Amino acid sequence: MIEPLWEIFVRSRRGLSHTHVGSLHAPDATMALRNARDVYTRRQEGVSIWVVRASDITASSPDEKDEFFDPAGDKVYRHPTFYQVPEGVEHL
Amino acid sequence: MTDLFVYSLRLGDDALISAQRTAEWIAAAPQLEEDVALGNIGLDQLGQARTLLQYAGTVEGAGRSEDDLAYFRDEREFLNLQLCELPNGDFAHAMARLLYFATYQQLLYEELLKSSDEMLSGVAGKAVKEVAYHVDHATQWVLRLGDGTEESHQRMQAGLDALWPYTAEMFSSDELVQRLDVAVDPSTLQDEWTRRVTAVIDESTCGRPESSYQHSGGREGRHTEHMGYLLAELQHVARSHPGATW
Repeated sequence: MIEPLWEIFVRSRRGLSHTHVGSLHAPDATMALRNARDVYTRRQEGVSIWVVRASDITASSPDEKDEFFDPAGDKVYRHPTFYQVPEGVEHL
Repeated sequence: MTDLFVYSLRLGDDALISAQRTAEWIAAAPQLEEDVALGNIGLDQLGQARTLLQYAGTVEGAGRSEDDLAYFRDEREFLNLQLCELPNGDFAHAMARLLYFATYQQLLYEELLKSSDEMLSGVAGKAVKEVAYHVDHATQWVLRLGDGTEESHQRMQAGLDALWPYTAEMFSSDELVQRLDVAVDPSTLQDEWTRRVTAVIDESTCGRPESSYQHSGGREGRHTEHMGYLLAELQHVARSHPGATW
């Protein structure tokens, strides 16, 4: 039996966001959560787990890479590098 | 042999023999994720066994270590429940056993938390969270297999039925547990165990197992014919190379 694939996201500690750690197979969301606990948090890697059915994720296609990402390449003005930082400003 | 030594052996042997059986699933479970889950569960049980056997050795005061007790006792000296030593059978059998045994352990450790023996209450304190997860894992699978396909339902029912005659032994009381005030009399756990286990069985759409005959003898060192083979596998390296280290 081929079980659905689930993408697993783990929050390593409070204040950080959930990060993708891998995927696994499970018959349903409840079991996916438990499998994720066993596979991805057995060395205290996390305090919270999200599971998302892989088929529910809409991903950008490698074929669209050029029009998706290349146009941002020559727009250096989008980076906040043209501001003069006043002297004496800390923590910026 | 003091009562406390024997009592620690009983609990330790349950955990050790369960760990050995559970470990047999590694690389043989239906899916990789289940290999890891059962590996984790087996290691939890092994951790409980180590602490309890180490304590038994200390209580005995004859210089025996946890390894001495695990590897150099013979079959009749093991005091585990027969339920723990039975062969794995199919995955549904394994989940039936885990449901029965982990629910028993959960109730036992919850009571043992109140024990005035600091070692026993300490073991219980660490183990209650572990076995709560074991119960949950077994429950999830019993529900899914019982309420799954026709074949999974039939296999789940077969597993629950086959192991039921080994459940009463968990709750059999004797003079030792009544005498030993730091111990839990397991007969006090049976009603709640039955309530919890039958709730899962009912929800799984399986029928409640019935059996007039109940096996016993593990606590006195009388075991099924499967125990010798299990011990041979568990002990043969340690006995072939006594004192070996790596």
